[in-house]
Amino acid sequence: MEEVLRVRDLVKEFEGKRVLSGISFILRRGEFLGIIGPNGAGKTTLLNCLLGLVTPSQGEIRFFGLDLTTHRTEILARLNFASNYVGLPLSLTVMENLLVYGLLYGVRNIKPRAERLLRLLGLWEMRQEKTRHLSSGQMMRLCLAKALINDPEILLLDEPTAGLDPEMAERVRRLIKEYQKERGLAIIFTSHNLYEMEDLSDRVILLHEGRILAEGPPEVLCRRFGAEDLEEVFFRALAEAEDA
Amino acid sequence: MPRPRRILGVVARQMFLYRRSVSRLLDLFYWPTMDLLLWGFLTLYLERGALHLPRFVSFFLGALILWHILYRSQLAVSVSFLEDIWSRNLLNVLVAPITLTEYLLGLVVISLIKVGLAFGIMTTLSVLFYGFNLLKLGAVLFPLVVNLLALGWAIGFVTIGFIFRFGQEAEILAWALIFVFLPLSAVFYPVEVLPAWLKPFSLLTPSAHVFEGMREVITRGTLPWKHLLFAGLLNLVYLGLGLTFLKRQYQYARRMGLIPKIGE
Repeated sequence: MEEVLRVRDLVKEFEGKRVLSGISFILRRGEFLGIIGPNGAGKTTLLNCLLGLVTPSQGEIRFFGLDLTTHRTEILARLNFASNYVGLPLSLTVMENLLVYGLLYGVRNIKPRAERLLRLLGLWEMRQEKTRHLSSGQMMRLCLAKALINDPEILLLDEPTAGLDPEMAERVRRLIKEYQKERGLAIIFTSHNLYEMEDLSDRVILLHEGRILAEGPPEVLCRRFGAEDLEEVFFRALAEAEDA
Repeated sequence: MPRPRRILGVVARQMFLYRRSVSRLLDLFYWPTMDLLLWGFLTLYLERGALHLPRFVSFFLGALILWHILYRSQLAVSVSFLEDIWSRNLLNVLVAPITLTEYLLGLVVISLIKVGLAFGIMTTLSVLFYGFNLLKLGAVLFPLVVNLLALGWAIGFVTIGFIFRFGQEAEILAWALIFVFLPLSAVFYPVEVLPAWLKPFSLLTPSAHVFEGMREVITRGTLPWKHLLFAGLLNLVYLGLGLTFLKRQYQYARRMGLIPKIGE
C-alpha cells in the first residue's frame, strides 16, 4: 500500500520540557492507525503537530511525500480533522456550517456534496436546524460530515466517541469504518476506549511520556505482551516501562 | 496568491451568523444611531444656543462619523476573529487549507461590509436630523475613509496578535486598544490644542492627519494633500508593523503550543 504519511524523529519541547521524543512512524493509504496512551502521553500534541497547529522542535513530517512546513495548505486540502473537543458555530444551521467549510476547503459543487454527507450521516432532517439544537451525538456526526466535506485522503480523529452514549458511539464507529472501507481512507484515531481501538485499528501506537512504547497490529501486540486484549497490553507495557 | 473561494468561506461564516442573530444586527446599528442622536443634538445646542459656534455641527458630526469608521473597522476584524474562539471553532478554521493572509482578507471584507452599514445609517440620520451630509465633502472623503479603514485593520491585526500570544484574556483589547488613539487622533479638536510634548505623538498617528484633513476641507474647501500623504505613509508603516506583529505572535503560538489552548 502507498505511503501517505511519514513521521521521522519528531521531537517537541515546550520551554525545555520534552513532550514528544523521537517519534517515527508511517501511515499507508487505507490504513486505520490508533494512537493510545495515558493522559499526558503526547497524543494530542502529536495530532496538533500533524495538523500544523504546533511546530515541531526537530524532525520531519511528510504527507504524500511533501514536507508539512513548506506545503502546509496544499497538504491540509487533502486532510481533514474532527474532534469531540472542537465545535462548530452554534448559530449557523447544519447546512450552513457545511457550506462554509466547503468554501474553506475549496470544494467544487458543495451543496450536492453536503447533501450526500447529511444523508449518509443521518442528519438530513436536521439540515435547516441551528447547530445549537443538535444532541452531542448529532453534533459529532456533523463534525464528521465537516471532516468529510473535502473527500479527504487522510482523516485525523481526536477522541470522536468521547462523551457519547454506547449506542451512539457504536453508530459513529460503524459510520467511520464503513466510510473508510468505501473510500480507502487513511485514518489516525486517538481514543481512551481500548476496546474500540482493538475493534477498529489495523495498527496501534502506544505512547508513554512522549515516546513510542509499542507499535503494531493489536493481535501482534497481544502476542508480544502475552495479553488477551489491548487493555492488558496497555497495562503490561506501561508496567514494563515503569520498571525499566 | 490568495484564493477568493477560501476568503468567501470566512465571509460567509460571518454573514450566516449575522443573518440569524438579531442581537448582533442590533449592535451593528444601535451604537452608531445612539451616538449620532446624542452628540448630534448636543452640537446643535452648542451651535445654535449660547455658544453660537459656527460650523460646529459639520466639524463634530463629520468627526463622529469618521471616528465610527475607524472604531468599527478594527472592531469588526477583532470581533470576527473572537467569534471563532467563542464558538470553539478556531481550530477547525486553522486546520483548513486557508493561509493566514486569506483569513485576514476575509476579516477585512467583513469589516468593509459592517463599516459600510454603519456609515450608511449614520450619514442618513445626520442628513435627516441635522441637515448635515458628509458626502458633500466629495471625492476627498474617499482617501480619508480608506486611511481610517487601514488604521482600523492594523489595530485589529495587533489585537489578534495579542490574543494568539495571551489567549482569550486579551480579548478586552478588541474594545480598548482603539481608545489609546482617541485623544491622539484629535478627533473632535485640532492638534494645536494638544500640549507641546504630545503633538509629535499625535502627528505620528495616521488618524490625526485624517481629522485635520477633514477640518481643512470643511473650513477652507481645499484638498488636504499634505495630511493625506502623511496619513497614507504612516498607514503603510502601521499595517506593516501590525501584520508583522500578528505573524510573529502566530508563529510563537504555534511554537509554544498555545493555539489549541485559546478559548479554554
